[in-house]
Amino acid sequence: MTPKNLYGMLAEFQTPKEILDAANAVRKEGYIDFDCHTPFPVHGLDDAMGLKRSIVGFIVGIGCVVGATAGLTLQWWSSTIAYPIIISGKPLFSWQAFMIITFVLMVLGGAFSALIGMFHLNRIPTFYHPLFNSEQFKKATDDKFFVSIEFKDPKFDIEDTRKFLEIIGGKNIEVIEE
Amino acid sequence: MSDTNKNIEQMNDIQEAPLVLGNHTFGSITEKISSITETPPPKGWWLAFLFSLSLLGLLQVSILYLIWEGTGIWGLNNPIGWGWAIVNFVFWVGIGHAGTLISAVLFLFRQKWRTAINRFAEAMTIFAVMCALIFPGIHIGRVWVAYYMFPIPNSMLMWPNFRSPLLWDVFAVGTYFTVSLLFWYVGLIPDFATLRDRAKTKVRKVVYGILALGWRSSNRHWQNYEQAYLMLAGLSTPLVLSVHSIVSTDFAISLLPGWHTTIFPPYFVAGAIFSGFAMVITLAIPVRYIYGLESIITMGHLDKMAKIMLVTGSMVGYAYSMEFFIAWYSNNTYESFAFVNRAFGPYAWAYWIMISCNVIVPQLFWSKKLRNSIPVLFIASIFANIGMWFERFVIVISSLSRDYLPSNWDYYSPTIWDVTLFLGSFGLFFTLFLLFLRFMPMIAISEVKGVMPEADPHHGEKH
Repeated sequence: MTPKNLYGMLAEFQTPKEILDAANAVRKEGYIDFDCHTPFPVHGLDDAMGLKRSIVGFIVGIGCVVGATAGLTLQWWSSTIAYPIIISGKPLFSWQAFMIITFVLMVLGGAFSALIGMFHLNRIPTFYHPLFNSEQFKKATDDKFFVSIEFKDPKFDIEDTRKFLEIIGGKNIEVIEE
Repeated sequence: MSDTNKNIEQMNDIQEAPLVLGNHTFGSITEKISSITETPPPKGWWLAFLFSLSLLGLLQVSILYLIWEGTGIWGLNNPIGWGWAIVNFVFWVGIGHAGTLISAVLFLFRQKWRTAINRFAEAMTIFAVMCALIFPGIHIGRVWVAYYMFPIPNSMLMWPNFRSPLLWDVFAVGTYFTVSLLFWYVGLIPDFATLRDRAKTKVRKVVYGILALGWRSSNRHWQNYEQAYLMLAGLSTPLVLSVHSIVSTDFAISLLPGWHTTIFPPYFVAGAIFSGFAMVITLAIPVRYIYGLESIITMGHLDKMAKIMLVTGSMVGYAYSMEFFIAWYSNNTYESFAFVNRAFGPYAWAYWIMISCNVIVPQLFWSKKLRNSIPVLFIASIFANIGMWFERFVIVISSLSRDYLPSNWDYYSPTIWDVTLFLGSFGLFFTLFLLFLRFMPMIAISEVKGVMPEADPHHGEKH
C-alpha cells in the first residue's frame, strides 16, 4: 500500500565511512533518483554516487569571456567613438591602459557566473522541499548523514526499499510525504 | 559517536598535528559555534558595541559637516592635496587583503588551517573595504556628482577617462568588494542552513531560512558548490594580488619623486598582506578568548599567521631599502632628494615609526617562544597596524610636501576633522564586525568539520 503524496524514503547513517559505503550500495542496487545529505562534502562521495563532474567550470569560463569582452568593448567604444578626447597625446585606443579594467571585469563576470551557475544547477533558492518535513533531517546540517531515495525512481518499492536500507545499515528509516 | 571519539584519541598519537584540539565531535563543533549566535552576548560585547556605535556617530557627524562645508575643513594645502583621507583609504584597503588571501590563496594551496579563521577574516575584509570606499567617496568634495566616476550614459554625453589610474581604482576596489562579498556569502550558505535547522524562534527560522536559500546538504549540491567555491578562489587569487597593485598605480603612474617607481605594485601587495594579517591577529586574540574558541583557533593558527607577518614584514623592509638603492642608483637628483628627505627631513619621525613597526617589530617572530606568547603577538600586531598607517602617511605626505620646486614646499598638519573621520572609520568597522560576531557563524562550521580527522571516510582504517 503506497501513501498518496509520497516523496521517498530517508535513512540515517552515523559516519562518513558509513555514508560512503551506503552510497556505493545504493548505486550498485540500481537506484538512480537518490541523494546523500552530509553536513560537509565527504571525500569520494561523488564517485560513490556515480556523479559526473560539475559543469560550473564551463559556465565560469563563459562568464569570464563575456566580462572581459564587455570591459574592453566599453572602453574602446567610449574612448574612441562616444567621447574621443586626446589626453597627454596618447592614442584614443590605449590598449595597455585598458587591460586593467578588462581584467577586473573578467574576474567580475567569472565570479557572478560561478554564483549564478551554482544557484541554477542546484535550483536554489528553493525554500520548500519535502525532506524539510522530516524532524530528524535537521541533523543533516549538524552531525548525521542521510540517504534519500525518491518515489519516482523506477526501482522504488516501499517494502523492498525499506528492507534494502535496513540491510545496508540505515537507522531511523522514515517515509517522507510531499 | 563514542566510537568515533575513541578513534580520535587513538589516531591523535600517530597522525599529523590536529587542526582542531580537544575532544570535539561534529556535533560539538556545531553547538560551540552556533550557540554564540543563540545566547545573549557577553557584557564585553555590549561595552565594545556601544563604544563602536559612538565612534560611528562621530563618523556620521564628520561626514555631514564635510559635505556641508567642503574639504576645506581638512588640513590640505597647496602641494599636499591628498591628506589623511587617501592615507586612510590605502590603509583600509590594505587591511582588507588578508581575508581574501586566506580564503582564496590558502585554499588553492590546500592549507587546511585556514578554515578556522577564514570566515571572520573575510568579514573583516568586507568591512575594511567598506571603510576604505568612504574616503575617496567623500574626498571628491561634491559627493552628489560621485556618479561621474562610473560609466553611466548621461545627458552630458560624457564618459570617464579609462586611461586614468584613479578610474582603474574605482573598478578594482569595487570588484574586489563585490567578489569578496559573493565568496563570503557562498561560504556562509551551509552554515546559515545549520542555524536555520537549530532555530527555535519564528524570526530566526524565517531570517536564516531565507539566507540559507533552502540548502539541504545534498551531495548533488555540494558537488556544484565545491566547484563554484574553487572557481571563486581561483578568480579571487589574481584579483587580491591585483587590487593593491592597482591602488599603487595611483601613485606610480604620476611623475612625483618618491611615487614614480616600478617597485610599487609588489611592495604595496606585501604591505597589504602584512597589515591584513596583523589585523586578523589583533581581532582573533580577543575573540578566541572571550568566546572560548581556543580549541578551534589554536596557538598553531596564531603561530602560522605570525610567520606570514614575519615574511611579509621582511619583504616590506626589503622594499624600503630597495627604494633607497634605486634612488641612489638612478642618479636622479630629485629621486635621491625625495628619499633622503623621507628619512631625515621634516617627516623623519613618521619614517622611523614606520621602520620600527614594520621592519624591526616583526623580527621578534623569528623566536618560537615569542610567536607563541599572546601578549607579544597582540602588541606586535597593533604595532604593525600603526606602522602600516604611517607607511601610507610617509608615502603620501612626505612625497607631496617637497616636490621639484622649493618655493612650492609646505608642511602638512591634520585638523580635528581629519582625526574624527579616521577614528569614526574604526567605529564603522567595529560596529559591523561586532554585529557579525553576534548574528553570524564566525567560524566556517561545515569547513571545520571537513578538516577534522574523522571527516575522512578512511579514518581509523589501518593501511
